[in-house]
Amino acid sequence: MTKDSKSTFKKILIANRGEIALRVIRTCREMGIKTVAVYSTADKDSLHVKFADEAVCIGRPSSSESYLNIPHLMAAMEITNADAVHPGYGFLAENAKFAEICGEHGVKFIGPTPEQIRCMGDKITAKETMVKAGVPVVPGSGGLLGSVEEAKQIAKEIGYPVILKATAGGGGKGMRVVWEEAEIEKAYNTAKAEALASFKNDGVYMEKFVEEPRHIEIQVAGDRYGKVCHMSERDCSIQRRHQKLVEESPSPFMTDDLRQRMGDAAVKAAQAIGYESVGTIEFLVDKHRNFYFMEMNTRIQVEHCVTEEVTNFDLIKEQIKIAAGEPISGKNYYPDMHAIECRINAEDPYNDFRPSPGKITVLHQPGGHGIRIDSHVYAGYVIPPFYDSMIAKIIAVARTRKEAIDTMSRALSEYVIEGVKTTIPFHQQLMRNEDFIKGNFTTKFFDTFKIQ
Amino acid sequence: MVNKSNISELSIEEKDIKITIKQKEDKYVTGVPMQQTQAAPAPVAIASPAPSAAAPAAKPAAPVAADNLLTIKSPMIGTFYRRPSPDKPNFVEEGDEVKNGKVVCIIEAMKLFNEIESEISGRVVKILVEDSTPVEYDQPLFLVEPI
Repeated sequence: MTKDSKSTFKKILIANRGEIALRVIRTCREMGIKTVAVYSTADKDSLHVKFADEAVCIGRPSSSESYLNIPHLMAAMEITNADAVHPGYGFLAENAKFAEICGEHGVKFIGPTPEQIRCMGDKITAKETMVKAGVPVVPGSGGLLGSVEEAKQIAKEIGYPVILKATAGGGGKGMRVVWEEAEIEKAYNTAKAEALASFKNDGVYMEKFVEEPRHIEIQVAGDRYGKVCHMSERDCSIQRRHQKLVEESPSPFMTDDLRQRMGDAAVKAAQAIGYESVGTIEFLVDKHRNFYFMEMNTRIQVEHCVTEEVTNFDLIKEQIKIAAGEPISGKNYYPDMHAIECRINAEDPYNDFRPSPGKITVLHQPGGHGIRIDSHVYAGYVIPPFYDSMIAKIIAVARTRKEAIDTMSRALSEYVIEGVKTTIPFHQQLMRNEDFIKGNFTTKFFDTFKIQ
Repeated sequence: MVNKSNISELSIEEKDIKITIKQKEDKYVTGVPMQQTQAAPAPVAIASPAPSAAAPAAKPAAPVAADNLLTIKSPMIGTFYRRPSPDKPNFVEEGDEVKNGKVVCIIEAMKLFNEIESEISGRVVKILVEDSTPVEYDQPLFLVEPI
């Protein structure tokens, strides 16, 4: 995507933890860039701390006192003389204020500009921007709802079912699907209350609820000279409570025509804000292959590995090079192989996916042709209870989807993690599921899936 | 302007006795982990004196040299200074007595100078960090013998 270059950063501080911190460190090492890991006291035995060139303890276990603590992070950048910071995903990756402060301190934030983060971070502004750019969006209220009466009115116009969403939201919070008018008042009030509690912002808007949609997203990249490209799609429809469990590329639902239309729309969307860095445009796709803009993620995503494996690019490297001022070619990229990623969480799939932190006593990771594992855990590692439960991503790559599924099945059967419960059994059953094998699934898939 | 960093909780464990003292303000917890007695390991090397290539940098260990010594740990990240300004004397020297509330050092971050106060009364046995070096959160700064 970018050309080979000589000039780049000298030292990157990774403002994150877990597998993504390790991921960034790996690429930096290959590029000859020094790395600084930051960690809370709970993460002092973490792999990213061990593998970085330097490490700084930045606070107590709670995220707000460590990985979300901007003054502590700035102090760490100052004492280590980092000239760039990689925010990973989650935490401060889409915090415009953090990006701004880094800029003010002369540390390059490896990501888009604060304005771009702000524009896409507010769901309503993002939608307005897309409408102006001619990107199809889900019909909706267009703005925040002012009252239950307004909600009822708009829902009547759009037609039920509708979904109420928090404008500052994410992760499924502050969302309510409403099937008929009788439910809307209660849904409106609880959505607002949940939004206020989770995001300190009770603004709620409405959209048509696209039934049985597929969640298909397009990876994009833009440089600071105005060029934007796309790297095709990832299908992330297998979700539980709006959290992705499995991602794959190409999507089994994709056609050349749909990919071309969605790719063009994604590029238009990124160009509309002059997007710089890597990012993802998320779409909902209905059974007629109509697609609607859902949101844009202005960061590297968990599932970026899937695109890396099918296009053969190191997206973190491209992201760093773009941040250092490299231009991209402007070409689009299409999947050459088939890749499937399973997120392994420390959760008990037999007990409603209850989190299972604790010490990993035995660990044996699978290997062999077509298997990639991105993980920060090791035998003897204690999974702390303060952060998210993902402990590994396993990616299977093959020439065909069927072979990718076979490879994944084989690898999952070799994957031994003892001491904590994991979602490996869930993924094993998924790989044998008839609908999954046929490519016959939407975001409702998990609702009817029963673990044996 | 000056950031008061009160060490608000002190916990001493010896064999099967545990004493916990809490201040009113509950800002930072400074535990004194009393594992087996061990030689005080050097505090974590960070920043400018770049550690050797493969050396994993960070292990803020518990530097308890003897059973009864307490540690004042850094409540923040920044640069450690032993004196208020280059032309003034150090806040404390080894052998000095300190009382609860006495300023023992300054930690500076982003041009803000924060006076760090001792929560312990005792005698400074060892100063673990050199003047003008970077320190991280929880890094041991002083060993104090309580009196």
